[in-house]
Amino acid sequence: MTDTTTITKMTMIEAINAALHDAMEADPKVLVLGEEVADPQEGGVMGGTKGLSTRFGEDRVKSTPISEQAIIGAAIGAAVGGYKPVAEIMLMNFIAVPMDMIVNHAAKLRFMSGGQTGVPIVIRTMTGSGFSTGGQHADYLEAWFAHTAGIKVVAPSNPGDAYGLLRAAIDDPDPVLFIENLPSYWTPGPVTKEVVPIGKAKVAREGTDVTVIGHSLMVTHALGVAEKLAAEGISVEVVDLRTISPWDRETVLASVRKTGRAVVVHEAVKQFGIGAEIASVITENLWGTLKRPVERVGAAFSAVPFSKPLETAFAPQPDTIEAAIRAALA
Amino acid sequence: MSNYPKPDAATLLEIYKKAALIKQNDERIIKQMMAGKLVMPYYSPRGQEIIPSAISVSLQDDDYICTIYRGIHDMLAKGFPLGELWAELAGRATGTCKGKGGPMHLTCPSKGMMVTTGIVGSSMPIANGLGWAAKLDGKNRVSVANFGDGAANIGAFHESMNMAALWKLPVIFLCQNNLYAEHTSMAYSRVVEKISDRAAAYGMPGVTVNGNDPDEMYGAAKVAIERARAGEGPTLIEAMTFRFNGHLLGEAGHYMDKALYAKAQEADPMPILRARLIAEGIASEDAVTAIEKEIEARIDAALTAAYEAPFPDVSELKRDVFAEEIA
Repeated sequence: MTDTTTITKMTMIEAINAALHDAMEADPKVLVLGEEVADPQEGGVMGGTKGLSTRFGEDRVKSTPISEQAIIGAAIGAAVGGYKPVAEIMLMNFIAVPMDMIVNHAAKLRFMSGGQTGVPIVIRTMTGSGFSTGGQHADYLEAWFAHTAGIKVVAPSNPGDAYGLLRAAIDDPDPVLFIENLPSYWTPGPVTKEVVPIGKAKVAREGTDVTVIGHSLMVTHALGVAEKLAAEGISVEVVDLRTISPWDRETVLASVRKTGRAVVVHEAVKQFGIGAEIASVITENLWGTLKRPVERVGAAFSAVPFSKPLETAFAPQPDTIEAAIRAALA
Repeated sequence: MSNYPKPDAATLLEIYKKAALIKQNDERIIKQMMAGKLVMPYYSPRGQEIIPSAISVSLQDDDYICTIYRGIHDMLAKGFPLGELWAELAGRATGTCKGKGGPMHLTCPSKGMMVTTGIVGSSMPIANGLGWAAKLDGKNRVSVANFGDGAANIGAFHESMNMAALWKLPVIFLCQNNLYAEHTSMAYSRVVEKISDRAAAYGMPGVTVNGNDPDEMYGAAKVAIERARAGEGPTLIEAMTFRFNGHLLGEAGHYMDKALYAKAQEADPMPILRARLIAEGIASEDAVTAIEKEIEARIDAALTAAYEAPFPDVSELKRDVFAEEIA
């Protein structure tokens, strides 16, 4: 049994590592595969899978060649064959390589087979700008998958949710894309080891004047801005989506119904991002209640740039979120 | 090839029974399509009957196969239930996939038919995963990846072959080389003569056999299956064959080499095997005819039941997207 009463302080990457250990311990059907995930290859490029192969053996924890189609294909096949593989695609941009496996197969086999075959895989992947990695190592691509029926998308903002959502994802009967924010890996936070249900958002901070809706690092940014604005007497409610698809409309709509104002924030490119869907659903449901149009904050319509001033200007920052909140309050 | 195990008389008859079912079923599908009773994209396996029939006699129900859009022959050989097949082709609720998959996504886990893909090259990575599962289960099951010659030029082929060899997976890579990738002949798609030569690059055995010859195909398949069951790893089999109805049923076929086509038709493996059974005294003409009549009756029953069955309810759009019905 996993201890869910003790509160431990961990970083996000430690929480992910702990969730993988606990899941593998709890269920011998849980497998891990990906580039460099086993201990001879240092247990993951960021150490997320460190210790797993030593403890559970290299039959269950397999480092792979750099072969993303073969990695996801092996995960799908093992899942159809009764296992629960956790596949790592090192960086989210690399997920463009096995898109056929994910979109045409993992997401669709259950439906196309009339429910005869399910694909209970988790695809862990990390991303996030801020490290001057340029155009192919830092994109947020969640909208591609949120637009695809049959795959769930989760994105934790803190270590406790990272643990709980990863446990839920591994036990979910359907494929789950688990998006990890690289700049948040070393931020410590409390971890209770409780499972966090997929599809449930969390009110991360209560407020009355405006609702900020986001996921991943944007929640951390929004909480900082909310604290700052509280000194001015502005009460900001922050909703952490946690699951992007299927998203928790009830929690979001209840919050915006209360505040009458909404700001949707994501690090992905603003155009056609998930903020558009969320803003649309808010408007469809709360037209007449809204005091202002829904504000959207997202990245510029460009590749992630290398040069530091450009990279900073590309992605939403606390000051751009603050400006959007002020616009919503105008 | 001479050292391959040969099928005995009973096995040869079993191969013919499977192949005859494939051929007659194909002919009936085409008739039904021409009559407007079935509306679907159809990739006829006519001409390739021997390959799956000769491998399936060495497979168990719980051995896995993954196949592709041209795959009804692979499934029937492995025992796909005929009634559920026809109901699925007709888009009915009683189909194996409740009418939600159609001819390109036929699935029957109870017979080991786990995945059928409409994407060229995508059967192999998934067959590896099934092989990995089989290996972890420790039950000596094998996983067969069916694909065509076109798929041998897709990256997934190379990634999958490398991984299967590296992990010693119990996978048989069965390339059914019918000489054309959609409308593109071999001459336009590669310079190497044999696809099986590529096996050497990944450290696994690779053989090219006449897939239309039941002896060669049975022998090569048996050797590969036994190697996989023994934990010695994967094999690439390139089974040479020909498809008589082109890529997609209804196409004009102008790309086809007419002399090659005529020669292939002369070498149609079905009448050859039928005549051999009779000549070698494995079955009498009457016995073979009785087998074929029985197959016709089974197809009659399957298609009649299929057309009488209801279409799926539109509420099915919300089911099987996820395990839990969506709102």
